[in-house]
Amino acid sequence: MTALAPLADAQESPYIVTYDHYLEEPGSLEVEYFSTFGTQRDGNDFHAFWTEFEYGATAYWTTELYFDGQTTFNDSTIFTGFRWENRFRLLQREHFVNPVLYIEYEQTSGADKILKEVEGHDVEADYAIPNGLARKEHDHELESKLLLSRTFRGWNIAENTIATKNLTGGNPWEFGYAIGASRPLALKALPKRCNFCRENFIAGIEMYGGLGDRYRFGLHDTSQYLAPVVAWNLPSDWTLRLSPGFGLNDDSHRFLLRWGVSREFSGFGEALGAKLGRFFGGRRP
Amino acid sequence: MTRTTKKTFLAALVLVLAVSSAAAQKENPASSNPRKSVYAELLKAPGKAVARRNPLENDPDAVAAGDKLFAMHCAECHGDMAQGGRKAPSLLAGEVQQATPGALFWLLTNGVVRRGMPVWSKLPEPQRWQIVSYIKSLSAAPVPVSRPQK
Repeated sequence: MTALAPLADAQESPYIVTYDHYLEEPGSLEVEYFSTFGTQRDGNDFHAFWTEFEYGATAYWTTELYFDGQTTFNDSTIFTGFRWENRFRLLQREHFVNPVLYIEYEQTSGADKILKEVEGHDVEADYAIPNGLARKEHDHELESKLLLSRTFRGWNIAENTIATKNLTGGNPWEFGYAIGASRPLALKALPKRCNFCRENFIAGIEMYGGLGDRYRFGLHDTSQYLAPVVAWNLPSDWTLRLSPGFGLNDDSHRFLLRWGVSREFSGFGEALGAKLGRFFGGRRP
Repeated sequence: MTRTTKKTFLAALVLVLAVSSAAAQKENPASSNPRKSVYAELLKAPGKAVARRNPLENDPDAVAAGDKLFAMHCAECHGDMAQGGRKAPSLLAGEVQQATPGALFWLLTNGVVRRGMPVWSKLPEPQRWQIVSYIKSLSAAPVPVSRPQK
C-alpha cells in the first residue's frame, strides 16, 4: 500500500464510538484496526475486533467498509459480518454547530460484539449467548445518525443521535446516542518533529448508550457507558487509541477495554487510479 | 452471504468507486478551474475575518512550526514548496501572498469543501496561525531548494 500512496501525518480524534464532523481528506485511505475486550457476567469474556477501510471520496463525503469478528473465550472465534458506512457533510463552511449525516448498512450475525454503537435495548445479557446459537441470527440493519460537532478553543464537543431499523422481521426503530469531548494536550506545535510532544496527544471522554425503541423510549432496560479516551498521533504516520470503558448500570458490561491502531495513506485514490489506468492500458497520467 | 447479496454489494462498491472518482475529478481545481476562480474564495472572507491579526506574528518559532505543520497536512496537495500541484493551487501566487493573514486563516478554517479542500478547524487555532505564518513567510524568503523527506 505504501507503494501506492505517500504517507501523511494524521490528526485523528481519540473517539472510538463518537463521531465528530471531520471527514477523511479527499483521496486518502485510512486503514484501521480496533479491538474491544469485554467482561461478561453469566458468560465468557470476549475479544471483539474490526478492520476498517475509510476513504475520502470528496471533501464532503467519506465512505467506510468494516469487517467484524470476535473471540469468545472458551467458545470460538468467528467472523460476524460487515458494515458499509457513509458520512456526508451538510454545510460547506464551519458554523456554530456542524451537522454530518451518517448512513450505514450492516449485515451482521447475532454474535457481533464490537459494540461500535449501543442502541435500543441492547443489554449485557444479550452477549452471553454461545456463538453457535448467536451466529444463527442474521441482522440486516439500516442505521442513520445525525452527527453534530463543534471545535472551540481547542475543545471538540460532539453529539451523535442514532436511529436504527433492523430490516429483518418486524423490529421497531431503535435509538441511541454518543457524546464526546476532547482536547489536544498542547495547542501550539513545536518547531521540531517529535514523538512525545504534548501536541501529539489528544485526550477526552465519551459517553454512549441506548435510548430504547419506538414503543419504549428512554433509559429503561438499556446499557450505558462512560469511557476516557486518548489518541497518540505519531509523526511516523500511525495513530494509537486507547479507551477503558465502564458500564454505568446493571445492564451494561462492567468493563470494556478498547484500543486501536490506524494509518493514513494520502493520495491513495489518485495513485490507485493511475495504476489501474496503466494496468488496463489506458492513458498514462 | 447469499449470491444476490454478494452481487448487490459488489455493484454498490463499483458504483461508489465510480461516483467518487468522478466527484474527485470534478472538484480537482487544477484540472478544471481557471486561476482566478481558484483564488476567488479568499475574497469571500468576511471583513471581520480579513481584519484579524496573526497573534503569533512576533513568535520566533511560528514559521518553523508552521513549516512542520505544512509538510504534515498541506504539502500532499499544495506541493512540498507550496508551488501547487494537480490537486491544489500554488500558495506562492500573488493572490495568496497579498491576502491578509486573517483571510488565510479563515480559508484554512473553513476549507473550500466543494473544490476538495477540507476544513482544517480540527487543528487548534494556534497551529492554524502557525501555518499562516509559514505561508506568509514564503513571500519574504527565497524558496528553499528542497525539503528533507519524511
